[in-house]
Amino acid sequence: MFTGFFYTLKEEKVPVTPTEWMTLMEALNRGLSGGSLSGFYYLSRAVLVKSEAHYDRFDIAFSRYFDGIDTSDKLAERVAGWLEKSLPPLKIDPEHRKFSEWSLEELKKALDERLKTQDGEHHGGSKWIGTGGRSPFGRLGYHPAGVRIGGRSNNQSAVKVAAERKYRDFRNDDTLNTRKYEVALRKLRELGKNEEVPRDQLNIDKTIEATCRRAGLLELVWDRPRKNTVKVALMMDSGGSMGPYARLCSQLFAAASRVNHFKDMKFYFFHNCVYERLFNDPFCMVRNSVKTTDIIRELDPGYRLIMVGDASMAPSELTMVGGALDWGVENDETGEVWLKRLSEHFSHCVWLNPVAEYLWPPPGERFYDTIGIIRSIFPMFPLTVEGLERAIAKLKVNR
Amino acid sequence: MDHNIYSGTADYLVSDDLRNAVNIAMALGRPLLIKGEPGTGKTMLANSIAQALGMPFIIWNIKSTTKAQEGLYVYDTVQRLYDSQFGENDVSDIKRYIKLGKLGEAFSSERQSVLLIDEVDKADLEFPNDLLWELDIMNFYIPETGETITARQRPVVVITSNAEKELPDAFLRRCIFHYISFPDEEMLASIVKVHFPELEPNLLAEAMKAFYWVRSLPGLLKKPSTSELLDWVQALVVGGIHPEKIVSEIPFLGVILKKNQDFDQVLKRIHSAGGVQRQTGWTAGKKYL
Ligand SMILES: Nc1ncnc2c1ncn2[C@@H]1O[C@H](COP(=O)(O)OP(=O)(O)O)[C@@H](O)[C@H]1O
Ligand SMILES: [Mg+2]
Repeated sequence: MFTGFFYTLKEEKVPVTPTEWMTLMEALNRGLSGGSLSGFYYLSRAVLVKSEAHYDRFDIAFSRYFDGIDTSDKLAERVAGWLEKSLPPLKIDPEHRKFSEWSLEELKKALDERLKTQDGEHHGGSKWIGTGGRSPFGRLGYHPAGVRIGGRSNNQSAVKVAAERKYRDFRNDDTLNTRKYEVALRKLRELGKNEEVPRDQLNIDKTIEATCRRAGLLELVWDRPRKNTVKVALMMDSGGSMGPYARLCSQLFAAASRVNHFKDMKFYFFHNCVYERLFNDPFCMVRNSVKTTDIIRELDPGYRLIMVGDASMAPSELTMVGGALDWGVENDETGEVWLKRLSEHFSHCVWLNPVAEYLWPPPGERFYDTIGIIRSIFPMFPLTVEGLERAIAKLKVNR
Repeated sequence: MDHNIYSGTADYLVSDDLRNAVNIAMALGRPLLIKGEPGTGKTMLANSIAQALGMPFIIWNIKSTTKAQEGLYVYDTVQRLYDSQFGENDVSDIKRYIKLGKLGEAFSSERQSVLLIDEVDKADLEFPNDLLWELDIMNFYIPETGETITARQRPVVVITSNAEKELPDAFLRRCIFHYISFPDEEMLASIVKVHFPELEPNLLAEAMKAFYWVRSLPGLLKKPSTSELLDWVQALVVGGIHPEKIVSEIPFLGVILKKNQDFDQVLKRIHSAGGVQRQTGWTAGKKYL
């Protein structure tokens, strides 16, 4: 039952896992939702959602799935309906199977009973989910199909509460700030393989412990220092069409410069697309530039390449020789060739795009927009905290 | 169902959804993970649960150096060494040098206890995962003595986080989660009343007005929270401040704002623009000018 809700949550990108779903089934089995929709709202949120950043998506999914069921009567019908449906066709680890050992008949009976004892409008059938009467704070009244919101005691249904979307501000796919970028970037770490470095760091704690274990006979314990071995090259578009995204990009830039835990970090800039030269600052002047081929030679393929740009330009800039926007650029080969050269050289690379993801054409689409072409060269992610997290995950594994 | 039901205590106001989360976690025997800005009552919640249910309250304060192992037990090898050289204790009795950690204490408690693992995000990234197994199976083995410590009753485990670090997914999947959002005005007023039942309504109203104004200012390094408001109200009462002066002068500003930079910024605003009223355009503010 509720399988549809599981998939609605997935659709809204609430990261629910089968483990948590089975916990919810266990909880329902024990009647912890109290047979009311708002009880179910709290229960499922507490069990399935593990970050306030996902509360909003949960609310959207909840109101989408349960819209229209806001009275107890309708709820009863709907519950009966749910019960007819079969178990979720989920792949479940055997480890969790024990949770699913509830009998559908038993559950149905329990729910029926609970719904029967629900006397009219004002008292929850719940045995323990606090009712207005039981709460020492009468002000916070509680209705079986309703909850208190915004300090007012009223009988809004759980669906309406969900529809209020009061956790909108906590979403992490559109609230952006340097710190969050920083946290995301910090995840890009790979501690050095132990064999690579000599054991030359004295481990004081272990030394004391080992010495004490030997009743005072000194025993020194040496560790191999573990350092992050990740090296990063960040190439950012500073072209005109990037104007609206300047703040976003500078936040990412600030975050990247603050994260000093990489073994090495290089910054380069380009104008719309990469050609013969990359630039050392956002002004993209030839006198402060380096040859792209030199960079490819200098940086070993292990550098994680992060491209940042809207990937939006006139198709000629990407696909034609001499198509470069700036006259100073020689451009004997197309931008596309240069981008491919980069992506082939570096074994890990991603493209972060500030343009909203839903506007991107599919990879390989060549006529509509240059984004489609570039997407087929680089794995592309939106420039949001969440997108960055996905990109970082990508950078951690080999292509 | 023979589990306990938590419904708040006289000194702690609990919202419906938080109360539900607590009861769900207890019924399922899962750790309850509470996240929220500092000062939103996370630590106090665990205390309130222990009080309401009459359970012993065990607090494990996490620091950046805390290791999961310390929560189980510590083998005081240094003391043993000391004793072997200078002491008269029997050093062959290793048991004597095994000290249970907070988790061990909670496990071996006669009665079911509330175990608070406070500010889990302070510790190393791996810390929460290292605890998962013991929290799940509710026992652990001490190789030095060959003893297994098994929980007599599954403690109610409350874990708090100020969200300084991400927590590992495997850990999150095992927890019941609740985020305490900053209370709205009505809830906050009720919280203040819980702590100051005799408070003059006018003083409360003015303090709240000024407090929310300060909180609304952009660019604060540390937004004041419930605990700062409570301290401030205390200061206002003790200082015998007249309610009329609260909004225009914001006395004892340092109690609300702990960071010097925030303090200076707000002070400048209060003085340069002729007080809070002119800044926010409150018409009702006129009479205080
Ligand atoms: N809901 C509440 N009811 C009563 N007092 C509260 C509430 N929330 C916060 N407080 C008060 O605010 C102060 C800070 O709470 P605390 O639990 O230390 O916050 P946190 O652990 O989230 O940083 C405490 O003095 C507490 O009494
Ligand atoms: Mg605390």
